[in-house]
Amino acid sequence: MTSVAYDRTIQLGGEGRAPGWWAMVWTIATEAALFGFLLFSFFYLGSQSRSAWPPDGPLKLTLSLPNTILLILSSIAYMWGERGIRAGNQERLRLGLFIAFILGLAFIIIQGIEWSKQPFGAGDGAFGSLFYTITGFHGAHVIIGLCMNVLVQIWAARGTFTRESHLALTNAGMYWHFVDIVWLFVFSSLYISPRLG
Amino acid sequence: MPRLSRRLAPSAGALGSCALAGCTPLNVLAHDGVTGSRETGLGWFLVIVSCAVICIITILVLVAYARSRKRRTRDDAVFAGSSGVPWVMWGGVVIPGIVLLLTFIFTIGTLDAVAAPTRSPAATVKVIGHQWWWEVRYEGTGPSHTVVTANEIHVPVGQPVKLELTTNDVIHSFWVPALAGKTDIIPGQTNTTWIEARHTGVFGGTCGEYCGAQHAHMQMRVIADSPGDFQKWLADEAAPAAKPADPTAADGLRVFMTSGCANCHTIRGTGSGGGVGPDLTHIASRTTIAAGTLPNTQANLMGWILAAQAIKPGSDMPSMPLPSRDLQSLAAYLETLR
Amino acid sequence: MATLAPIATAPLERLHDTWEARPGLYGILATVDHKTIGKRYLVTSLIFLVLGGIEALIMRAQLTHANAHLLSPGAYDQLFTMHGITMIFWYASPVLSGFSNYIWPLMLGSRDMAYPRVNALSYWTFLASGIFIYTALCIGQAPNAGWFAYAPMTLRPFDPGLNMDFYALGLIFLTVSTTIGAINFIGTVMKMRAPGMSLNRLPIFVYGTMTASFAAVFSLPALTVATTYLYFERHFHMHFFDAAQGGSPLLWQHLFWMFGHPWVYIIVLPAMGMVSEMVPTFCRRPLVAYPYVAMSTIATGIIGFGVWVHHMFATGLPGVSMSFFSGASIIIAIPSAIAVFAWIATMWLGTPVWKTPMMFVAGFVVRFVIGGVSGVVTAAVPFDWQVTDTYFVVAHIHYVLIGINVFPVVAAFYYWMPKMTGRMMSETLGKWNFWTMFIGFNLGFFPMHISGLLGMPRRVYTYPASAGWGSVNLITTIGSAVFAVGVLLFVINIFVSLRRGAFAGSNPWHAGTLEWAMESPPPPYNFAVIPIIRSRLPLWEDQLGDETPGMIPGEGHSHVSEGVVLAEGRETFGTSPLEAHPLHVLHMPEDSMFPFLLAVAMLGTAYGLVFSLWWLAILGGIGMLACLIGWLWPRHLVTGERA
Repeated sequence: MTSVAYDRTIQLGGEGRAPGWWAMVWTIATEAALFGFLLFSFFYLGSQSRSAWPPDGPLKLTLSLPNTILLILSSIAYMWGERGIRAGNQERLRLGLFIAFILGLAFIIIQGIEWSKQPFGAGDGAFGSLFYTITGFHGAHVIIGLCMNVLVQIWAARGTFTRESHLALTNAGMYWHFVDIVWLFVFSSLYISPRLG
Repeated sequence: MPRLSRRLAPSAGALGSCALAGCTPLNVLAHDGVTGSRETGLGWFLVIVSCAVICIITILVLVAYARSRKRRTRDDAVFAGSSGVPWVMWGGVVIPGIVLLLTFIFTIGTLDAVAAPTRSPAATVKVIGHQWWWEVRYEGTGPSHTVVTANEIHVPVGQPVKLELTTNDVIHSFWVPALAGKTDIIPGQTNTTWIEARHTGVFGGTCGEYCGAQHAHMQMRVIADSPGDFQKWLADEAAPAAKPADPTAADGLRVFMTSGCANCHTIRGTGSGGGVGPDLTHIASRTTIAAGTLPNTQANLMGWILAAQAIKPGSDMPSMPLPSRDLQSLAAYLETLR
Repeated sequence: MATLAPIATAPLERLHDTWEARPGLYGILATVDHKTIGKRYLVTSLIFLVLGGIEALIMRAQLTHANAHLLSPGAYDQLFTMHGITMIFWYASPVLSGFSNYIWPLMLGSRDMAYPRVNALSYWTFLASGIFIYTALCIGQAPNAGWFAYAPMTLRPFDPGLNMDFYALGLIFLTVSTTIGAINFIGTVMKMRAPGMSLNRLPIFVYGTMTASFAAVFSLPALTVATTYLYFERHFHMHFFDAAQGGSPLLWQHLFWMFGHPWVYIIVLPAMGMVSEMVPTFCRRPLVAYPYVAMSTIATGIIGFGVWVHHMFATGLPGVSMSFFSGASIIIAIPSAIAVFAWIATMWLGTPVWKTPMMFVAGFVVRFVIGGVSGVVTAAVPFDWQVTDTYFVVAHIHYVLIGINVFPVVAAFYYWMPKMTGRMMSETLGKWNFWTMFIGFNLGFFPMHISGLLGMPRRVYTYPASAGWGSVNLITTIGSAVFAVGVLLFVINIFVSLRRGAFAGSNPWHAGTLEWAMESPPPPYNFAVIPIIRSRLPLWEDQLGDETPGMIPGEGHSHVSEGVVLAEGRETFGTSPLEAHPLHVLHMPEDSMFPFLLAVAMLGTAYGLVFSLWWLAILGGIGMLACLIGWLWPRHLVTGERA
């Protein structure tokens, strides 16, 4: 280390996160709030609704439930890969990221099929509008997460990440897990909660 | 708390008489209604406490200024000084805490007192907010007993009247300061409020929520009649329009039916059934036109028909360039609709 | 663990070359220097202040007397909406971001903000969104439904033009700027403090902006959601607010005020923080009850999330919920009272020096109390039913926003301009400036309380003579003109001082905080050596000794002119969030064009969306993606940690 003090020395060190890590944490916090307000709208309009909510009875789980599992598996695959690089295993990282990407891609494709199969459109009343807006917002986040995943895969292929230094990987991972967790909230609100009423 | 509001009542009454005299008809601190007076009592309490707080703080700042001018020191000298925490504890926590607690108790008490009338309402009036006028309906036992009017709400004095507020366009707010504070009128829901006037008279009101280009011209009036007068008014209003008695008026009816007026307006008993604008069956009995924009005189009526868009730009009432003879007959006919 | 060993002198030239932006256009567009960005924020937001002020003066001309015909109702509606959103979104918050951007690293003992490029992006998006929203005014289709834009009046059937599309997209655009700015402040306060600047040594100004930033992170998404719904409902036939289709107009109100009330505190807490910096300097003693003021700042930010319904008391809510929100709105006065008495006690227990900034601060304290008590008045539900949506509330909001934002901001200009430019602003002109603004303000806005109590609704483009509001409105208009003259004197004083102001030196007010340690204006690298902090007022330690607040006996004194150099590229310390223990040497990013290009791409997308030019929107989107990838590509984000 060449940068220095004069007249005194200073001790560096201790556990602490990089500023970039905190940037992702607070980005996720504001995104979480965004989904909080989206779901607030869903429950608020549901509570004010004078007709059936959802209009055609609870949404089907045939595609959405397996799809939810896909997304969870994708998160787990990412975590597995990230654990790999922490042990210095580049191959495991690349494989984990790739599996996470494929599962995420599958999720978004199935989500597209799920959209096409709904009996209502985005213009058919408040429920339809909220359904497509909320799942659309989430889908956009999945796509952003997939873009991050592609970038991280490119960097991983070039061997950018090391056992000690992989902040971008950690950040993209945190975002991906967030997208996953927020889906659990979206899923239980849109698909499950009307069944409980 | 009620005692305080009663003690404040005389001063409120002084301002109130000014309001009744007409210098500021929407004065919030002048009241006549039962809920209005409770709200005004709370208002006076708040205004006086606020003024006291402002005076105390201003004096504290001015004294700090005056003191500092006596004790000049070097500009760059700094002193640690005493902690000053008692200032913050007393001035920032304890005293404001007590004042705010009193305010809260007074607020909750008033809220409870104005929530509902003590007796069941003598009448229920439906008020429908439109861009930019008020439709007023008294639903009777049948169509022949239903009264539909606009921009004026007659109520019996000394009796609570329930108001059901709805709209089909945008948000408006019902507000007659002397009788009651605002209740918003929101599409998709029916809000209710109640008013009770203590004296006969005319009480000004206006739309309290920005509702578009002519929000400024969306006034109405509450007219408190003696119970007998109120019943008579109700019976008069329920009747269909009188047949034109003279040729000019008959010509006016022809103009009304053929020039497009009837597409938007209703005069019961003539076959017209337009529902866009106000019901004109008894327009001559009303004191204003265009939702309080103009006094209801024949000249104003003609001006309004001719140039509504100049007087109230953006309203649904088109300027009607009628020939002057037609215009005069029409206005003469409308003047007969008592 | 690493130990940094000493050298003889700081290599000032090397530091200068490392940190200074390249000359020419590239340097202008690519710089990430927090001082440059801060100044740009200040200048831009002052321009918006003047624009909003001109809009207000035109409205005041219309309202001078009854039945005036200067403006059509449509023009008036656009003016009051633009006035509101300009002042609230494009002036009040950005001007505070400007001060925070400029002052924070100097105050915290850092060489830059945590995310310098994000900082640049935050400014460029702020500017671009301002250009976007003023495009609407230039083509005569400015937003026209009031700054809080209640649905359903904002929907196509009632407002078919582009007006509210500009509103929705403009606010989403600005929200991006504000959110990333807030994240930058949070990251900075967590990571970028000089070693030893623990939480109990942070200036209150830092607490103010930090609390505001947290509030922004959690409240702004509500606005994003609401405005997105609005855009979707207007463009894609969706239904969120249309009651006939299962929507609810009240959904807009809930979302808007869940954002809107915290926003009020976002635009006053940093200003109150600035006051808490100036009061001790001019009273020649440390702030009274510092921990109480710090905690009350945070408490205000938190309670601010629980009072939104007090904007909706007249919407027909159940009584219990009104009692709750009334109580919360009354309680929030307590933290403010704590701050007020801390300032007053500091004045009483100190020896105030009445320079211009102190005059503005004293004026502010009085106005703050007036705005505060009128706030309590509107928290009392039954009386709120009377005064809501009248000029009483207009008076209240202006006492809050001008009293608690503009006056501290003007004071802060007088206070910190010498640091930024190296030259003092004129004291004589300053006193004139103060008295015209103070008298004009009270003359203009106090009578609004009266016109409100006399029943004048807000947002009326004219009023009948019979209403009896003529004389109060005349006084208000005269007052607003006097106030405008005051603002003009202020602007003149800025320009005069740039040319002819006396040289300031490093610490013209003999203040105690760290930003006064380096010469004025500060060099590009801020600190030749990274200071080591041992008290809350490092520059007063030589006078106060062990009585300096925040000092721990036996820990020694702060070191401001000697410390660690860090001159291998753009370096500064990353410290721990609580104790500010130095953890690592951070390598700060170089200048970059990507923030500017990204903002341009976003502007293109926004124009595409508002004019339904989908090709432009898609092109902008691709541009944004490309910029982001380019931005993220460099080394430092991939290897940001350095153990």
